[in-house]
Amino acid sequence: MSKLDLVNEAAKGSRRALARLLTHIQQGDQESIDSVLSATSVQSIGITGPPGVGKSCLTDCLAKFFADRGERVGVLCIDPSSPISGGSLLGDRMRMEQSGVDDRIYIRSVATRNSHGSIPLRLKAMISALSISGMDRILVETVGVGQTEIGIVSMTDSVLLVDGPDRGDIIQAEKAGLLELADVVVVNKGDLPGSEQAAANIRSGLALGPASNVPVLVVSALNRIGINELVGALDEIQPRPSVEIVKCRHRLSSAIIDEVVSKKSFDVAVTDLAEGRISIEQAIERVFQE
Amino acid sequence: MDPLRIVVAKPGLDGHDRGAKVVARALRDAGHEVIYTGLRRTPEEIIRIVEDEDASILGLSSLSGAHGFLFPRVCELLRESGLNDIVVFGGGIIPQADRPELFSAGVRAIFGPGTPTEEFLHFLNEVKKRRIANEPVGVGVSDGWHWR
Repeated sequence: MSKLDLVNEAAKGSRRALARLLTHIQQGDQESIDSVLSATSVQSIGITGPPGVGKSCLTDCLAKFFADRGERVGVLCIDPSSPISGGSLLGDRMRMEQSGVDDRIYIRSVATRNSHGSIPLRLKAMISALSISGMDRILVETVGVGQTEIGIVSMTDSVLLVDGPDRGDIIQAEKAGLLELADVVVVNKGDLPGSEQAAANIRSGLALGPASNVPVLVVSALNRIGINELVGALDEIQPRPSVEIVKCRHRLSSAIIDEVVSKKSFDVAVTDLAEGRISIEQAIERVFQE
Repeated sequence: MDPLRIVVAKPGLDGHDRGAKVVARALRDAGHEVIYTGLRRTPEEIIRIVEDEDASILGLSSLSGAHGFLFPRVCELLRESGLNDIVVFGGGIIPQADRPELFSAGVRAIFGPGTPTEEFLHFLNEVKKRRIANEPVGVGVSDGWHWR
């Protein structure tokens, strides 16, 4: 099947064609990337938060909820690649017990591979491929992040920040970073003690800033409590003009990084650098010479 | 080189996944992308995962004694879905006497307890060689070849 046929078949709803198309895109095949750029964009939500707060479990819940109300849902689950071996253990499906067999849900595990940070190269094109395949909604679950990994903000229309109880005292919620950019915040594991307090801390942290009307909810993905309210909040997200410039800055810088690290001269420069043949300044010069 | 995408699956009612996790980890350390399904998947779920993930290799682990039903069933469903190129290997507690039947069902290798991790990396190398040489190795075509 030619690459153009793949796009057409994916657009008609073929899971296999979509799966293969995503493989080509992630490998950097320009023809495949170009073929999905025309996609009309579909509502996409980035689901992010620290490791172990229940992002996969909540993503599973949300995908199933949207599918049950008739939507086709595309899910990208990102996990890190080993910087040493390049391999990856993609384990998000372990937590995805509800969505696994629903015909309206397509799930794809994505390794970060040789990306600069926590966002895989060509993620934007992968989202477009899901759009072109007739998805009504796209969920992107990130790797477990810290306070400054805000790259997902530039990739999806909105961002759901997931936190857990017992994640530190109130000063954590006063710190600058990802929390300021979230469109909705949830404290997951709401069945555990401390979750209401954690939500109250986050609310008071947000109260004095421009994000004071961002909803902060308590849910339990495990027991499926509060999911209705969460979806209600996601449906009512309003665009925030103050965040637009941040999104664009990240979108542009990650597009530039994508382009630079995809160059052949980049790999050559890395090898030369590692073997002590050139300085970092010379390496930069070589990469941009190509 | 792009990494292989390998699904490591636990079919059926079986809660023991130490072996599957060791295999997954060894494949990861060899530079591959391993999608671990988690416990108690039906053959149908496993086919769906292989398809959606565009995987080329599927490892099945069973310690429950139900391999005689589950492994051939997965192979059969792969063929029915047109996923003929997928290479299937198995592991777990699989008595020698049961193996010929699994091989003829489409499983290309079986690794029991005590297998050194290099062993299945050698197997994957052999799979790669056979693919390049255009020799059958997928679940869809049988020429009787299997590992060891």
